[in-house]
Amino acid sequence: MSMDDTPKMSWWNRLAHPGQFLSWTGPLVWPLAAVTAALFALGLWFAFFNSPADYQMGDTVRIMYVHVPTAWLSQFVYAAMAVSALGTLVWRHPLADVSMKAAAPLGAAFTAMALFTGSMWGRPTWGTFWEWDGRMTSTLILLFIYLGIIALWRAFDDQLRAARVVAVFTLVGAVNVPIIKFSVDWWSTLHQPASVFRADGPTMPGSLLTPLFIMFFAFTLLFVTLQLVAMHTEIRRRRLVTLERRAARGGAA
Amino acid sequence: MIALGEHAEFIIAAYAGVFIGLGVLIGWTVIANRRVRARLAALGDTRG
Repeated sequence: MSMDDTPKMSWWNRLAHPGQFLSWTGPLVWPLAAVTAALFALGLWFAFFNSPADYQMGDTVRIMYVHVPTAWLSQFVYAAMAVSALGTLVWRHPLADVSMKAAAPLGAAFTAMALFTGSMWGRPTWGTFWEWDGRMTSTLILLFIYLGIIALWRAFDDQLRAARVVAVFTLVGAVNVPIIKFSVDWWSTLHQPASVFRADGPTMPGSLLTPLFIMFFAFTLLFVTLQLVAMHTEIRRRRLVTLERRAARGGAA
Repeated sequence: MIALGEHAEFIIAAYAGVFIGLGVLIGWTVIANRRVRARLAALGDTRG
């Protein structure tokens, strides 16, 4: 009788190992990209050819299909970064700071897109591109927080030290996410209150919700795909720095 | 293509802005990945 003494790695530990993470998630990238592209094609077809104009906003309601998913991602990506920050500070998970660093530029881009599409929607609907109301101002602050985090990562040569500082900064900045979410309830804003994610269900008809949800999943899957590729890049970049340092030391000896 | 009404320029600008932004984001992510892989390969790293 033979006994296998090899300790079995839990999925958590396998996920914590950068090499294992690369081999686990590498094959997922192309299938994810294909599903994302298909969802975007379907969502755009619904948005322009198979959804009605709104009885009040007319055709400008079609901006909602790119505005709401980017606005959702601006907050979701930050929430994911906050969880990763906890992973860095509390569990010291080796990939938590990789995830945090990879997500920041993506979150900044989605926030900028949400602000841009919001202002394109605001001009014909409200008569102005910009208003310093609670929702818009707190989203602009979120963009500045993302840019601050990206700058912080670049300010440190030692990425492990940077991870601690960025994690603390990210957790402090997380207070802005509920402010964005509830700003339309707490203050009198030009921005309309929530009409999709409500306790009593969406207030929109199915003909508008269908393209919205398809685009919502398309954008979310795009984020997941880009996040995986960016994490792969960051893992390899760290490997590269180690190899370059080793080569420099070898050259100096 | 359907008629987009009197505010078509805002709808087109919103979609164009988002998809140009996504194009830049995807391109930047892919190019950064390829560049790092190429530098690793040049240093003899065979782990992929």
